[in-house]
Amino acid sequence: MNLSFKQNFFELFGLPARFALDAAGLERSYRRIQSQIHPDKFAHASEADRRASMQWTARVNEAYQTLKAPLARAAYLLALQGTDPGFESNTSMSPEFLLAQMGWREAVEEASLAGDARQLDSLSLSLRGEIDRLYAEIGRELDGNHAAAAETLRKLKFLEKVREEIDAALERLEA
Amino acid sequence: MSLLQIAEPGDSTAPHEHRIAVGIDLGTTNSLVATVRNGIPVVLNDHEGHSLLPSMVRYLRDGRVQVGFPAQAQLARDPRNTVVSVKRFMGRGLKDVAHIENCPYDFVDQPGILKIRTAAGVKSPVEASAEILRVLRARAEEALIGKSGGALAGAVVTVPAYFDEAQREATRDAARLAGLNVLRLLNEPTAAAIAYGLDNAAEGIYAVYDLGGGTFDISILRLSRGVFEVMATNGDAALGGDDFDQRLFCALAERRGLSMLSPEDTRSLLTKSREAKELLTSQTEVCITARLAAGEAVELTVTQEDFWDLTRNLVAKTLAPTRKALRDAHLDVSDVKGVVMVGGATRMPHVQQAVGGLFRQTPLNNLDPDKVVALGAAIQANVLAGNRHAGEDWLLLDVIPLSLGIETMGGLVERVLPRNSTIPTARAQEFTTFRDGQTAMSIHVVQGERELVSDCRSLARFELRGIPPMAAGAARIRVTFQVDADGLLSVAAREASTGVESAVTVKPSYGLDDGQIAQMLKDSIEHAQEDVRLRALQEQRVEGERMIEATESALRDDADLLAAEELAAIRAAIEALRRLVGGDDHRQIKAQVDRLNRITEPFAGRRMDRIIKGALTGRNVAALGQ
Repeated sequence: MNLSFKQNFFELFGLPARFALDAAGLERSYRRIQSQIHPDKFAHASEADRRASMQWTARVNEAYQTLKAPLARAAYLLALQGTDPGFESNTSMSPEFLLAQMGWREAVEEASLAGDARQLDSLSLSLRGEIDRLYAEIGRELDGNHAAAAETLRKLKFLEKVREEIDAALERLEA
Repeated sequence: MSLLQIAEPGDSTAPHEHRIAVGIDLGTTNSLVATVRNGIPVVLNDHEGHSLLPSMVRYLRDGRVQVGFPAQAQLARDPRNTVVSVKRFMGRGLKDVAHIENCPYDFVDQPGILKIRTAAGVKSPVEASAEILRVLRARAEEALIGKSGGALAGAVVTVPAYFDEAQREATRDAARLAGLNVLRLLNEPTAAAIAYGLDNAAEGIYAVYDLGGGTFDISILRLSRGVFEVMATNGDAALGGDDFDQRLFCALAERRGLSMLSPEDTRSLLTKSREAKELLTSQTEVCITARLAAGEAVELTVTQEDFWDLTRNLVAKTLAPTRKALRDAHLDVSDVKGVVMVGGATRMPHVQQAVGGLFRQTPLNNLDPDKVVALGAAIQANVLAGNRHAGEDWLLLDVIPLSLGIETMGGLVERVLPRNSTIPTARAQEFTTFRDGQTAMSIHVVQGERELVSDCRSLARFELRGIPPMAAGAARIRVTFQVDADGLLSVAAREASTGVESAVTVKPSYGLDDGQIAQMLKDSIEHAQEDVRLRALQEQRVEGERMIEATESALRDDADLLAAEELAAIRAAIEALRRLVGGDDHRQIKAQVDRLNRITEPFAGRRMDRIIKGALTGRNVAALGQ
């Protein structure tokens, strides 16, 4: 897509490029922009305008989703700073983390097999705590230590995946 | 006495022309057309005063087609040639349709698309749906245009929110085949939310529970300061009131030991079952009586409790997607301020009870569940046609119901756009080659939530060729998914180092290609004894004039964004178009419209940039969300 605007996602919404987010400010900017460029406002315009409206709105939506979700926001900040988070290329993790991660997986599987929704809920809760702790950490690291931030980001990606597995297990139990 | 109109300074001096647009609810059981008249959405009736058009199409031996009540009247006598609930077949193959064994049709199963052999030839669900839409279009033209000879500016056609790509494409094809200019495909629960929200000035989180004749949708919306934001949607595109009839029909057949029924008997018992279901909404007991073609009398008494037991798991099947939608929206039932009930099947008391029980509140039934979708579509059509008035400056943010992804090694799905992404949306993802020296890559686009490709719906396959030979893993293939405001997908792939490109507009194998549509359209026009050329000329003139008006309006606002020579080129192209519109060569008009579109493309981009900048600095004081 050949969009003419060169701004990064933060500039697009008039926000500082940092991990700590002014969520209300993001939403306010997003809605203001949407209310002006959404395809519904151009349904009777020329084809060129309609296409531009669709492409720009798509980009604004992508930008909004990226900044709103902490994992995507952190990855985007790293990329802006020129660091590859290395989700595929770098799979080295500290042994402690790998061990802890295996522990999570086993616990989820066990509770899931036992059909223990309460245990799954409690796992979800403590995982939430761990994830929040890492998000606080990555916020600090993104200001300086990019290598550390990249590793924290990879950990977070693992843990978010475990959280999805818990949700899926809970869903199966409900069904 | 009517007041004189004075245009706003800077506006076009001509008073704004009201463009006639309609909203169409193309339902499984019934279809409706509505419009906004004097600021109020109204459903348009037929000559007998009926607002609902039964979604039934009967094909006759002489090629004639009956739609609606005349088709319904012959249903029991001519079940093979009378297509009902055709919406269930849209964008579907034979193996996709539940209870197909109870459908009294002579199906033709071609790879992908399902068709029906009728007395008037083999017909596709798209063609049958187009017949219904044609009747609604004629109804609208007669009521709104009369003999003045104008044209409908366009229509918003609703689809179940949980319809996938193939079903949406099929619906759009049907509308085009019926000669409608489709302004937008709008999700049915979203349409209902617009009608309900604007009517009640609602603010907060609302759930729309839409159980129609053949489809179920649940959408969770946040209504706030003029923004309708769909937070999550879920559903079952093959679950509806029809299934409740089926259960009753099966119980009837089983308890009375009926087997090997003829199509006529099947159809007549299904109709009786449906009538009984409707009666059981208000009665505690009903007696079904029917006479089979062979003369045998059938009788069965069914109590309300009995019926509820038979269909309890159908109701339960709607609650699982409802919980899922809430979870996707990260909400609890206590966050939901109101539950809007849509679709005729929500009249059943046990559905009301189940929904009320889940949400721990009495569902909202203050709008006609049969009409609310068409009314919402009409409101949206009115706005899209450009008839927006002060105070109507609301914004709709809808989502895709199902994740979109591509096939990777081992038959696994890599998700590119997750479900509930706000549309329009675009996302690019990089992939690489698997073998050394690989020069082509096959890209398989799929839709669905499962991890295995074989469990998802295949949408399209295309190839990117001409990748320069490199070591495995060295090529950088950027695949971009784009979903437009109708929820329709296009995919492009590009190799980064060479810029080799390949793109497809995803036309599922179930759809028709543009050539087929054009041919069918031509056939139908010829059938109607219209002059094809004259019609094409009229259409191109309208398009040309619209283009001139839109471009001039853009120039009035933003001409300063153009260099002198750019401005001169655009003005020259407008003048050339104006001359051609006065002539009678529709091909030349079309070519010039395309040319004007091409040269104004950079201008359109700069305008968007300016609008975004203005939105943030407050240049546009009318901005929402403050």
